[in-house]
Amino acid sequence: MLQIGGVPDVPQLFPRWSNSVARLAFATLLLCVPAVVAGLMLHVRSDWFTGAGIAPVQPVPFSHAHHSGKLGIDCRYCHTGVESSPVAGIPPTRTCMTCHSQLWTEAEALAPVRESMASGQSLRWTRVTDLADYAYFDHAVHVHNGVGCASCHGAVQTMPLTMAPHAFHMGFCLDCHRDPGPNLRPPARITDMDWSPVDGAADTRALLAHYDIRSERLDDCSICHR
Amino acid sequence: MTDTNEGKRRGELWRGTTTPRAPLAPPTDRRTFLKLAGWSALAGGAAACTPRSPEELVPYVDMPEHVVPGRPTYYATTLLREGYGYGAIVETREGRPIKIDGNPGHPATLGASDAVLQAELMQLYDPDRSRTPLHDGTPRSLDALAADLATLRERLLKSGGRGLRVLTPPVTSPTQAARLGALLDSFPEARWHQWHALARDAAITGSRIAFGRAVDITTRMDRADVIVQLDGDFLAEGPAHLAHAADFSSRRRPGPGMLRLWVMESTPGLAGAAADHTLVVPQPRVVRLALALAAELGLAVPAAEGLSPRERRWVAACARDLAEHRGRALVLAGDPQPPAVHALAHWLNAALDAPGRTLEWRDPALARPEPVIESLTALAEDMHRGEVDALVVIDGDPAYDAPADLRFAEGLERVSTVIHHGLYVDATARRADWHVPLAHDLESWGDARAFDGSVSLQQPLVEPLHASLPRLALPEMLMGRWPRSDREVVAAHWEARLGGESAEPWKAALRAGIVAGTASSSVDVVPRPSAIRDALAETPGNADAPAPVLQFRADPHVSDGRYASNAWLQELPRPLTKLTWDNALLISPAMAERMGIGDEEVLRVSTGQATIEAPAWVLPGMPDEALTIWLGHGRAIRSGGEGDSLADGVGVDAYPLRTTGALFARTGIDVEPVGRRYALAATQHHHRMEGREPVRRMTLAEVLDGRDHAPQGDEHPSLYPEPVPAPFDVDAPQWGMAVDLNACTGCMACTAACQAENNIPVVGKRQVRAGREMHWIRVDRYYEGDADAPRTLFQPVPCQHCENAPCEYVCPTGATQHDSEGLNVMVYNRCIGTRDCSQNCPYKVRRFNFVEYNYGAQEAELLSALRNPDVTVRSRGVMEKCTYCIQRISRARRQAKIEDRPIADGDVVTACQQACPTGAIVFGDVSDPESAVSRAKNHPLDYALLAELNTRPRTTYRARVRNPHPDLEENDSSGGDKAHG
Repeated sequence: MLQIGGVPDVPQLFPRWSNSVARLAFATLLLCVPAVVAGLMLHVRSDWFTGAGIAPVQPVPFSHAHHSGKLGIDCRYCHTGVESSPVAGIPPTRTCMTCHSQLWTEAEALAPVRESMASGQSLRWTRVTDLADYAYFDHAVHVHNGVGCASCHGAVQTMPLTMAPHAFHMGFCLDCHRDPGPNLRPPARITDMDWSPVDGAADTRALLAHYDIRSERLDDCSICHR
Repeated sequence: MTDTNEGKRRGELWRGTTTPRAPLAPPTDRRTFLKLAGWSALAGGAAACTPRSPEELVPYVDMPEHVVPGRPTYYATTLLREGYGYGAIVETREGRPIKIDGNPGHPATLGASDAVLQAELMQLYDPDRSRTPLHDGTPRSLDALAADLATLRERLLKSGGRGLRVLTPPVTSPTQAARLGALLDSFPEARWHQWHALARDAAITGSRIAFGRAVDITTRMDRADVIVQLDGDFLAEGPAHLAHAADFSSRRRPGPGMLRLWVMESTPGLAGAAADHTLVVPQPRVVRLALALAAELGLAVPAAEGLSPRERRWVAACARDLAEHRGRALVLAGDPQPPAVHALAHWLNAALDAPGRTLEWRDPALARPEPVIESLTALAEDMHRGEVDALVVIDGDPAYDAPADLRFAEGLERVSTVIHHGLYVDATARRADWHVPLAHDLESWGDARAFDGSVSLQQPLVEPLHASLPRLALPEMLMGRWPRSDREVVAAHWEARLGGESAEPWKAALRAGIVAGTASSSVDVVPRPSAIRDALAETPGNADAPAPVLQFRADPHVSDGRYASNAWLQELPRPLTKLTWDNALLISPAMAERMGIGDEEVLRVSTGQATIEAPAWVLPGMPDEALTIWLGHGRAIRSGGEGDSLADGVGVDAYPLRTTGALFARTGIDVEPVGRRYALAATQHHHRMEGREPVRRMTLAEVLDGRDHAPQGDEHPSLYPEPVPAPFDVDAPQWGMAVDLNACTGCMACTAACQAENNIPVVGKRQVRAGREMHWIRVDRYYEGDADAPRTLFQPVPCQHCENAPCEYVCPTGATQHDSEGLNVMVYNRCIGTRDCSQNCPYKVRRFNFVEYNYGAQEAELLSALRNPDVTVRSRGVMEKCTYCIQRISRARRQAKIEDRPIADGDVVTACQQACPTGAIVFGDVSDPESAVSRAKNHPLDYALLAELNTRPRTTYRARVRNPHPDLEENDSSGGDKAHG
């Protein structure tokens, strides 16, 4: 029935204290939204999310600390593509077996390697340094232009189990692409894991000139994305 | 075709995904909706919290020599088509072939390719290929097949092979021919037959008429000033068409001495579109015009009757042009024409002093040149008589493509053992006792001759993907010489000439993709006028043929049906019709008007014995009183993978109307509208330029008169900031492209190459109809002049890479940007899919992923192997477009940086440029005045598309120049309004 100029006679549904509950709920919500956003932003930067500093489980507990740090084997002995290909390459089983057919031939930890050689089935490693799929990185052009292995991969010669030293966000790449000087090394020091840059701007300028690097164009989208 | 086919999931490639047409769940009330929305937001957020799933690294156990993971490896090999070899260089990544291009050292490709060559890659990975041997339709092992064949061999040995027949396509392969010869030696009663629905019978019979023996023609079009084509399409058909295109276009650059092309054609083709003068007539009438031409040139031939004044004038001018260029003229007869026309062409060429100058007569490249229709007819007759005991069909589907009057499928039932060796479980396979999967050319060893007889070797690029056997296997099995690898068979055949597998000549031949010095020798023959005259007198066509004529032509991409389940080729717009995913009855505008029908109206065509129903497509340039239908559609293939075959329900099978006496044209047909429509998917609906002049035209006379600049459009005020806002860093190369519209033949090789290089998805017929095709470079086709005899213009349009790019101003997320090398780049991960950029693009070259085209396919795993790892695979909701092959630019830039040198001119070759058989596309650094692209752009005929918008495109065009004969230069550019629109 239509009532003109009056209020329909409806019984009150909510008690008076429900106003306070509603106010409190709105206030909490207002605080929660930025908290959740901030939390998520922190989360995607956390090591747990990026995998930085965490060594994944591998089929063989390969130690760079032993092979690179203690024995001093050059990076290129195993990562053969690094100077000629976009990917450095994971060594084929045969590379492992060049030494391990003579050394530690009975070691329990190396059983998967021997099995791979015998069966012809590849070892299946878990990727440690994982760049986003839409970014294209080329090892060869970096190592030919003064960027050392350690600049991105960290001090692997100290890692008993290999881990990414930091997150590979776009910011990490851009920092260097916008100002490559501090990360350049002389050509002979590219795979030298213990080398550290000498302080002094003159040296940096000389290296920039030596490699003919002009950073103005290095932050074009098309340098990494296609 | 029936109505029920219409609703089928035709060409729906992302099988298994929910398409946008799927009905939503039953209506939801508001409460439930809010609940669902809340939960899905929560679930989405939670899903985003998980760390990226770890990726696996799987190294080799033992790395092959020369392989560097991450770098491409290139191999030379040979792909077969109609038996002839096409030399290719195939790019592989970690053992996967990912791109095919022509071999610059091979005469049939000269480094270029066509759409089919590009799409052979898709053929290799085609999910519909058969995957396992079938015995009476039941999957069996290859061992079971070998055991069964051994039993068959025992049976045949007792009778000397009586009743054993082998059916192959025409064979040029020296090894295959020799092994089949050996098979016939061990089974003296056996017979070898050849069949291919598009084989060039008329050329073989024609040369037998003219010379008394089979002779091949090879041309030197680069030496010709005048070329006359009597029907057919020398730029699209036959084993030499890529060589023709290269030679021809080298003489079509505007300037003094530009070649003039005269074309008579019965169905619009690439040569007709390139011609200066095109005469459009139904196929049977070409004989008459050829006779008139011969008579004008003084040859004693039967008189031609009933020519129209226009035809008379055309033929007279053509004959005068030929006569004035004796020794520099060339006459070509097309495959659809009867043998007598081919013989007459030989006579005309001899009369014009062409031999030794513009053409050479050579020993045939085919191992056994014979009219295959006779070979197949003999086989079918024997089958019906019950004289065939065992039939081995290698790489063919005669139950589908044999002429209807042979009743081949019925004949198969009278053969006790039918063994089918093919790529697909097709009509023949389903009627066979055994179906054996055929290894693709990229999985096999072999060899083949090119059109000029040059031999090239075929080497596999990948281990067979399925349980298949190579082309050479079955004869070896029947000879009891299996298991024997096909490599051994080929190497043994060439041992005498190239030494064994370890010898240097063998390795050199493999590396180069050609065996040096194997071209066939030219022969010294003289045409015999009396024989030719007799043949002409017996050829019908001089009398008026009963109208209308039904003409059969190969589908420009799907061919005789061989590529019917090849998604790239089905979706590639056909050069002139721009149709995809279907064939149609092509009909002239005048005839359509008389019948009161339009596009997509279904017509019933009946011959008395057979009837088909197919949609009409009105095509300017079709002769009046003639209909053309493409063969190769409506092919019944059972997919080797899960689900339907892609070819299923695509188009209409026209083979039931084709008979041994009417292979290319059939008279005595009834045509009537059915009164229903069938939806066709075309990619271009405008036929005219609508006054905007995207293709600028001139005549050679105007160019030589000094009006040597492209006609310019009107000036418009511009709102763009001047000078150009993009940083023009002189230190960086500035990329640009120039397209010569005089060289472009409209063949679509560029589009196919771009699709292969840039991971461009196939979207299916329904999406094409919605205007959602994804090709990054399209080839526009325009008509001008009279709709019944129009001039055809082609224009390839990739992203123009505007310096004032309208797309960049409207992108809300900065996903499309300029880089310092002048490229208009797309950053896929920034794109949120507003499509504003596409809306603001005056060239309409941007493509949007409306649905998930790439990852939803059931066969995604198999198809992912053909993707280019250097190019991002785009996902739903992302805009994309031509990048000028940014991955190739990047590779060149990085390589130059590693070698510490500047990028040289020619270091970057785009995929379209590499494929183009005529060199119409030039790419490079426009800031270097000496680069090829700068020189092309400095040509006075260079112009920019829609230059009046001041977008400053980096892609420019060279105006199209015609070279009309002065006698015919009447005002035939009038009547543009009549063009079909």
